[in-house]
Amino acid sequence: MAAAGHPSGLSRERQLELYYWMRLTRTLEERLVALYRQTKVVGGLFRSLGQEADAVGSAFALERRDILSPLIRNLGSMLVKGATPVEILKQYMAKADSPTRGRELNIHFGDTERGFIGQISPLGDMVPVMAGVTLSFRMRGEDRVGLVYVGDGATSTGAFHEGINFAAVQRCPLVVVVENNGYAYSTPTSKQTLAKQFIDKAIGYGIPGERADGNDVIASYEVTRRAVDRARAGGGVSLVELVTYRRKGHAEHDNQSYVPDGEIERWEKDNDPITRYIDRLQGELKFKVADVEQVDARVRAEVDAATDEAERSGPPEALDALVGIYADPPREQPLWYRQDVASAVDAHERPEGWGTWQEGGRK
Amino acid sequence: MTAEITYLEAIREALFEEMERDANVFMLGEDIGAYGGAFKVTDGLMAKFGEQRVIDSPISEIGIVGAAAGAAHMGMRPVVEMQFIDFIANAYDMLTNYVATARYRAFLPCPMVVRGPSGGYVRGGPFHSQNPEAGFIHTPGLKVVYPSTAEDAKGLMKSAIRDDDCVLFFEHKYLYRRIKGVMPEGDVTVPIGVARVAREGKDVSIITYAATVYKALEAAELLATEHGISVEVIDLRTLAPLDDEAIEKTVRKTNRVLVLHEDTRTGGIAGEITARINETCFEWLDAPVLRVTAHDVPLPYAPPLEDFVLPQVSDVVRAVRRLAAY
Repeated sequence: MAAAGHPSGLSRERQLELYYWMRLTRTLEERLVALYRQTKVVGGLFRSLGQEADAVGSAFALERRDILSPLIRNLGSMLVKGATPVEILKQYMAKADSPTRGRELNIHFGDTERGFIGQISPLGDMVPVMAGVTLSFRMRGEDRVGLVYVGDGATSTGAFHEGINFAAVQRCPLVVVVENNGYAYSTPTSKQTLAKQFIDKAIGYGIPGERADGNDVIASYEVTRRAVDRARAGGGVSLVELVTYRRKGHAEHDNQSYVPDGEIERWEKDNDPITRYIDRLQGELKFKVADVEQVDARVRAEVDAATDEAERSGPPEALDALVGIYADPPREQPLWYRQDVASAVDAHERPEGWGTWQEGGRK
Repeated sequence: MTAEITYLEAIREALFEEMERDANVFMLGEDIGAYGGAFKVTDGLMAKFGEQRVIDSPISEIGIVGAAAGAAHMGMRPVVEMQFIDFIANAYDMLTNYVATARYRAFLPCPMVVRGPSGGYVRGGPFHSQNPEAGFIHTPGLKVVYPSTAEDAKGLMKSAIRDDDCVLFFEHKYLYRRIKGVMPEGDVTVPIGVARVAREGKDVSIITYAATVYKALEAAELLATEHGISVEVIDLRTLAPLDDEAIEKTVRKTNRVLVLHEDTRTGGIAGEITARINETCFEWLDAPVLRVTAHDVPLPYAPPLEDFVLPQVSDVVRAVRRLAAY
């Protein structure tokens, strides 16, 4: 694993900003857990606990005009790109004024103005999409770069292979980041690939690959920054592997029965990206304890305010389900048996969650 | 008497029994082994049958469906899990171009099953709620089953595994733990291609399958008690091949037909059933065949939106009353 370099390129303000985004990610997710337990989150909840550094550090390497496409553990990347806590909370709670107006779940949303394009659940699909996004940058001669995240699991899909290969051949200004967190749902990396490291795949596509410690936020920033600079300079596609660890299950329901004893605890104790960065801030980078505490207080206040705001929003109107499938017509007509019906049910059932895990063990 | 088990457990029982019965049966899928599957359908299979026969695959739907076809050519009987049936779209090429045509163009049998959790009413959003059966029903060479009861889930899974062609086995995740049944003693299969009368009636027929069978039954009860309308409910169980005989029989009996499904309207199987009734039973009809289906909308996440898009009991009641009034 590459040793973390010296963060000479980052101002002190930016160094502390990295901490802010990581803390915001974690605190916001902790708030989501509380809301999930209160059954205010409608669907599943996906954590990025322990992966905040790779998400934040890599996204931090982009300019405002660049576009990224996150995956399910990239809340931090989206926040860096301008997604707000209140948007995330409303989205999880399926509010009418959530970014997707209740149509999509969790962090599946985007905003091309702010530079992020929402993912879909089938993995790898965003790689060819981002090939096209960056192809358009190249065709128009725009000084812009794209970044797409995949997990270790998504590298096994056909879409990943076709997308990265096409982008490479077209010399698209694209950075493909493999967040290697050890598990795809329950499947360990050893069952995903025989490659010793994911950057070995870069050779087959004829592109550079570079690997770094994804739990070191500055290392994540630096390695991505090199790939971004290369893309911006006309060097085409790069593959970046950020090695990290998924400390929570695939989603909140997952009891991680498949994880060897002690593994999670070991990563938590020895390799928490936020703890590591606090140590660095207060050590090598000479920040005061109070500097860090101020960020923590600011984050708490922001998440509290966002929660209050999100909770005030209501659910969408049933008829809005028919809006926005096409540009023209903008609205579908209700079927005949719903012509004068505001809602076809008296109460919206809350079905049992996805998974099978409840507190106390497996059902 | 044997205890009741859930729809999900019934599927698991079928998988266990078929793997015990035939050493050629094996499982392929994402997270199906050590974890037992996203919904735990395959829980315990790896412990019993080992990693050779319960294979945790990479995230590669094209890969596992294609590999199943190849193994099936060699006499194996693979059962492939799609973690959510929505992801079968990834394997669409393999299924429609390769598997569906294999017997016809190349005399290569594909005795394989592709199964997975399907359907909505679960707040799963656009990629964990789909009912993609229509695209496959439209493809000659594939069989499609979609049971609504625990007994049928087990019996049809056994038939699907023993069938000499590829069977797509849709499991409704809303029913997984809600629906229970007592399994018949012994090795009992339910034949593919045969519908079931879920409720006898004389005034109006509802032809449906999967989760909407229960919407139909609930509506039938309401219609009987509040409106004095006797409703017959036909549970198709198999969508390809369709049980034309059962459809014709109920049309001739009640002369009024509602086709109900959770899939979207345009290009959904209700259109096909309506056309067949029109061709074979026109003179038996006292009213036009009506459809209650989902709206033509990608399935949204928020409960008020999802509930608006999907068919509900009140829709069925309204449509049946309109039919009865003809």
